[in-house]
Amino acid sequence: MQGLADGYFVIPYTIGNYLGGDKPVFIKTDHPEFEKVAGEVKNMTNILLSIKGKRTVDDIHKQLGRIMWNKVGMARNEKGLKEAIDDIRELKQEFWKNVTIPGSGDDVNQTLERAGRLADYFELGELMALDALERNESCGGHFREEYQFEDGEAKRDDENYSFVSAWEFAGESKWNLHKEPLEFEYVKPAIRSYK
Amino acid sequence: MEEKKLSLKLKIWRQKNSNSVGSFIDYNVQVSPDASFLEMLDELNNTLEAKGEEAIHFESDCREGICGTCGLVINGHPHGPLPKIATCQLHMRNFKDGQTIWVEPFRAKAFPVIKDLMVDRSGFDKILQAGGYVSVNTGGTPDANAIPIPKDIASLAMDAAACIGCGACVAACKNASAMLFVSAKVSQYALLPQGQPERYRRVEKMVKVMDELGFGSCTNTYACEAECPKSISVTNIARMNRDFVMAKVKAKEVEV
Repeated sequence: MQGLADGYFVIPYTIGNYLGGDKPVFIKTDHPEFEKVAGEVKNMTNILLSIKGKRTVDDIHKQLGRIMWNKVGMARNEKGLKEAIDDIRELKQEFWKNVTIPGSGDDVNQTLERAGRLADYFELGELMALDALERNESCGGHFREEYQFEDGEAKRDDENYSFVSAWEFAGESKWNLHKEPLEFEYVKPAIRSYK
Repeated sequence: MEEKKLSLKLKIWRQKNSNSVGSFIDYNVQVSPDASFLEMLDELNNTLEAKGEEAIHFESDCREGICGTCGLVINGHPHGPLPKIATCQLHMRNFKDGQTIWVEPFRAKAFPVIKDLMVDRSGFDKILQAGGYVSVNTGGTPDANAIPIPKDIASLAMDAAACIGCGACVAACKNASAMLFVSAKVSQYALLPQGQPERYRRVEKMVKVMDELGFGSCTNTYACEAECPKSISVTNIARMNRDFVMAKVKAKEVEV
């Protein structure tokens, strides 16, 4: 996957000159955006620490992991994805109501760090499931069980899905889809078979 | 078949922060022999958190022995009793049912304890920032093998570059010396053509920062090599000493 990801082959030839022309400057933290984000983080820290519920971060993390593993794996289908989205939303509520994080926010607190990452994972997990549900084709690492040839090969839909989905965050459980079209000038997409 | 779990008595170093006094606290655990040492601590932490107690803080990242983040002193040995592995690669099957295990942080003046088993190893970053690099004009990546390097030299450089910067050498040393780490970094460049332009400037800069940070001197006990998860050889220390002396003899390079 690393080799396939955009930039892996391009970056070594380009970033050197880019960085070479960039003079490092001392960055201050008095920018209003910085202060806004710092305030948000502090606020979220306080909320997380004040929940004082019954379930550990690890326990909830594993449950979320199982939902993702079972229903948002490489092979996924409409029914499973819809269930996953419901399950994730339900568990997210449970997390924000019933997680327990010992210790404080004034010191190093690895449990608090993990809780913050788990909160992010809820967001990303839900979006992954939504994105997989929206894309009615099989393509690359996304295999929708409904879209396959008789011999089990992935069935793409280049007519309707020749675009990259860029999801813009628009508040809790809301994202706006921006389609970045994929245009092929010389090599036209064809059925890929490893047989 | 129900797997047989090991009953272990852990004596773990707990310390609230760098200013407080720490002590060993006893924990009894039942653990699968297939669990890694860090997985055992994860499980223990989960039970502590369920009781509202703070987790035992320790560091880890890749958990496959290549990142150098984990590092505990287990029964007196950095990275535990087995040779050539990092803490994350140590499994509970190497311990006996009923055994008592002492778990401590890496102890050195230059590695202050942050919390419990977590220590501040940013001193290593400072040493690397002083000279652990080669300066290259920006531009395209050169083709591989554009500069011929004999295989034996390439292998020696690679062996030095295998250092993951975990700090076990410092923890193993009675003087808390960082010579094995610094010499591995110095050697990986000193052995290769790309490292030559800054060779003597580099060794002086890195040793200077190492000394300033409070790492101790080397008295050739080789405890570092014995505990190193990557078997970095102490011959690197000899090479660094040689270059350090040469740097004093050589005319100063012209600073650009």
